[in-house]
Amino acid sequence: MATPPASTPRAAFALGLRGFLSVPAAVLFATALGFGALARDGGLTPGHVAFLCLTMFALPNQVVLVDQLARNETLAAAALAVTLAAMRLLPMTVTLVPLLRSGRRRPLAETVAAHFVAITTWIELNRRVGSLAPPVRLPYHLGLGLSLVATMLAGALAGYALSWRVPPPVTAALLFTTPLYFLLSLVATSRTRMDALAIALGCLLSPALHLAAPGFDLLATGLVGGSLAFLLGRAARRGP
Amino acid sequence: MTLSEDGFGGYLALLLAGTLATQVWRWIGVAVGSRLDVGGEPFQWVRAVATALVAGMVTRMIAFPAGALAAVPLGTRLAAFAGGLALYVLFRRSLAAGVLGGALLLALAAQAMR
Repeated sequence: MATPPASTPRAAFALGLRGFLSVPAAVLFATALGFGALARDGGLTPGHVAFLCLTMFALPNQVVLVDQLARNETLAAAALAVTLAAMRLLPMTVTLVPLLRSGRRRPLAETVAAHFVAITTWIELNRRVGSLAPPVRLPYHLGLGLSLVATMLAGALAGYALSWRVPPPVTAALLFTTPLYFLLSLVATSRTRMDALAIALGCLLSPALHLAAPGFDLLATGLVGGSLAFLLGRAARRGP
Repeated sequence: MTLSEDGFGGYLALLLAGTLATQVWRWIGVAVGSRLDVGGEPFQWVRAVATALVAGMVTRMIAFPAGALAAVPLGTRLAAFAGGLALYVLFRRSLAAGVLGGALLLALAAQAMR
């Protein structure tokens, strides 16, 4: 599928808006279906589901929150669990915001753009960094963000309404699309030896760290694997 | 705590434990990221951390899955994942072929074992 060139901000925004017709949007929709069904089981109303999709826009954290509430945890415990799960958004935002910048600083636009930072939008922007000039990246990102919020909302409300009367093999396959999409996109966007090392180390470290430090495993994987990849990549660049 | 109806208290709870707990990282990210230069080493390091973190989520979702996926044996999950990777390469790096093909392989295997 050829990407149409988006040379003006308007064309880039439109390109982002069309993002709901893409593989990542289909994967997000499938995950959102499961979240909607989970939220219904957890006793939330459709209004709560819509509120979370619009104000959080971070499905894994929404799942953690609903799970905590369904287990009758205290509000403080739920907030702590969500805060911990959401920490992954920090490196995503830190490495996405500078890519959106062109010339002068726009704090308000950057804060709005940050609302749409999620793994999917991070991956998609990284995939298009080469084909989108810096001035049109921000409109592209905003268009894609709006498009994916709408996709998530539609998926979550559909999952809520259907209450997930779907055969288990289909549910399993839908759950399976997320890791496939994440890994294939990481591989597709990896440009340097550091990227390849970070992917390999992240994949290898996480099962061990999951058993050793449950709850902190993803952060530990990111910090240990990422730092090692950074150091090894830099050593390789500088040569012996 | 439980939420069973659309009251103000319920939305306030979701705002505090969900929205604010999530958005705070994005706000800190803007503050830190707007000081970073894309070509600089700090940016490269954070990029490596973010990449390793997402890669870590991939193996965690495959090795320690939730819900219906947990009922599929680990060997089948790994084989279907390898199948998805192979389809991605075979179809000239097509994301659709890899993701949908891998998911289809898993669904067929899960159905066959029922």
